[in-house]
Amino acid sequence: MSFEKFQILISKPIILSVENIDTDQIIPARFLKSTTREGIGEKLFYDWRHNKDGSCNQSSVFCINGPERQILAAGENFGCGSSREHAAWALYDYGIRAVISTSFADIFRGNALNNGLLPVKVSKDFMKHIFDSPLREIKIDLNNRTISFMDSPLYEEFRIEPYKQKCLLGGYEDIDYLLSHSGMIDNYEKLHKIQ
Amino acid sequence: MRKTLFDKIWSSHVVEEIPSGPSVLYIDRHYIHEVTSPQAFDGIEKRGLKVRRPDLTYATCDHNVPTKNQHLHIKDPLSALPVAKLLQNTQKHNITYFPLGDPSNGVVHIIGPELGLTLCGMTVVCGDSHTSTHGAFGNIAFGIGTTEVEMVLATQTLMQYKPKQMKIEINGSLLPGVCAKDIILHIISKLGTSCGAGFFIEFCGTTISALSMEGRMTICNMSIEMGAKGGMIAPDDKAINYLKDRNYSPRGEEWIRLTGEWKNLASDKDARFDANYLFNAQEVYPMITYGTNPGAGIQIRENIPYATESNNPQSFYKSLNYMGFKEGEKLLGKEIDYIFLGSCTNGRIEDFRLFASFVKGKRKAENVIAWLVPGSKRVEKEIEEEGIGKIIRDAGFELREPGCSACLAMNEDKIPPGKYCLSVSNRNFEGRQGPGARTILCGPAVAAVSAITGVITDPLEFLK
Ligand code: SF4
Repeated sequence: MSFEKFQILISKPIILSVENIDTDQIIPARFLKSTTREGIGEKLFYDWRHNKDGSCNQSSVFCINGPERQILAAGENFGCGSSREHAAWALYDYGIRAVISTSFADIFRGNALNNGLLPVKVSKDFMKHIFDSPLREIKIDLNNRTISFMDSPLYEEFRIEPYKQKCLLGGYEDIDYLLSHSGMIDNYEKLHKIQ
Repeated sequence: MRKTLFDKIWSSHVVEEIPSGPSVLYIDRHYIHEVTSPQAFDGIEKRGLKVRRPDLTYATCDHNVPTKNQHLHIKDPLSALPVAKLLQNTQKHNITYFPLGDPSNGVVHIIGPELGLTLCGMTVVCGDSHTSTHGAFGNIAFGIGTTEVEMVLATQTLMQYKPKQMKIEINGSLLPGVCAKDIILHIISKLGTSCGAGFFIEFCGTTISALSMEGRMTICNMSIEMGAKGGMIAPDDKAINYLKDRNYSPRGEEWIRLTGEWKNLASDKDARFDANYLFNAQEVYPMITYGTNPGAGIQIRENIPYATESNNPQSFYKSLNYMGFKEGEKLLGKEIDYIFLGSCTNGRIEDFRLFASFVKGKRKAENVIAWLVPGSKRVEKEIEEEGIGKIIRDAGFELREPGCSACLAMNEDKIPPGKYCLSVSNRNFEGRQGPGARTILCGPAVAAVSAITGVITDPLEFLK
């Protein structure tokens, strides 16, 4: 799948100050039956955004803050659970381009990066600032690896592997690299006995 | 430099190290199932690519399959579609597929080792987080997303950063009635659901060595519930004996050569880990969970903690509210509605043996609906061959056909909203077993004795 290049993102956050948000919440299993990726954003956090009768839950942060916000700010250990990449697809399709948390589950983090969705890991203090002020705009600058508020000099640096940073900035995917280096895979197979 | 087991397997699979970047890692075994593969096949087709190594790729259907009347068509058209796609894709790309009803069909992480496809010292991946299960045989095994499934299909490699390494050592003998599931729930309740983020874990110690391969698989299976990339255990004679003469296990000289190599697969003495934890088996007691993540576990005889003991009271109350529990409450003696025995965590033959040993000669409680779902066709067959099927039926239970079933409720096996299910699976997330379902994780012993009494019961008390 191709994704938009990521340079600078400025948006207010959607705030979900809950820990351990698992991929079953992000996209419940019953929506994984489709064999394509189209329209999956509609199912994002389905059971939190909807009442039991299927009507929209007006009190959910998604209904209040609507899809114009491109940043999701969530509690520790975001994206734990199943490896379903549908979670990253659903966030991206809904319009989210970055998720901020104090920690991410490994598989989710990898899936997000492979789909142009930037996971930004911040300190507990910075997270608190965000949770306390949902109306302030946040700026994420991937080139400089910084996250800041638009209305204050406060900022923090975040970590991203230089290779992954390049992929996101340029909109490249790992598979492009691997396919253009298939000679080394041939070599490996010649030299090793694969079990 | 002294090397860990992980280092040894990793370095023998590096195709290329990109300076200040990830490594290109060769993949020995790629398992696929119907949920996370269709978009990956579409991806390679759009690029006009072929599957590079269909001979190293194996497919099964498990998540969407019914657990009754498997000889009939899958009724739900939404479930039938991905299964039909898998058949199409595997035929087109010449991949071995174990379809519904095939004697080798079952949950992907159960059939891999059972068929001798998962060996030792390998890299194993699957578009499924519980791929960590295969680490029990001394493999680097981890779950991947669909984009990565596409990469492995096309190139048999993945780009990976080397994770940090954690050692978890458990020594001592377990109390009778305590099982592998209790060990891992105990560890997660102590270390938390995110302590493993960025790490690969090696489990070791006398308690781990004493476990059967089934028990070791249960431990590695749930290492993902600590946020780790995966978990592994060094292979020993038990692992080798388990794999000997399985359908796909190498034979003859090849087997002798491989087992010789596997004997060297262990962390060097004094190899360095980035984090170390030590546990005492004597402190492990039958466990259950009270909340909506696998870290919310307590000994079955303990009370639910108070919000003041939690570092995020908001999340704590949210989960108790969902479960319909109160802080400080006792769970022993609480009435339950459903029992689920199955899944890649505890759906192996040993789990059914343990379950049967507790229910033998007793009767299932009237108020309990029990779903007993073997992890594979082979487990199903062994259950009957060993006479376990009869014991279970005589006690008023019914056996279903293999699949993931209520572990994630993608088929029709859904726990109704608000109902309590004691489940030997791995995740108690909100809605995991069906919208509104309330899951209490436990091991097969707790599930068995509670199925008899109809209330949450301590197997150690039951044994007295
Ligand atoms: S049994 Fe459960 S955890 Fe295991 S593969 Fe199936 S759905 Fe996933």
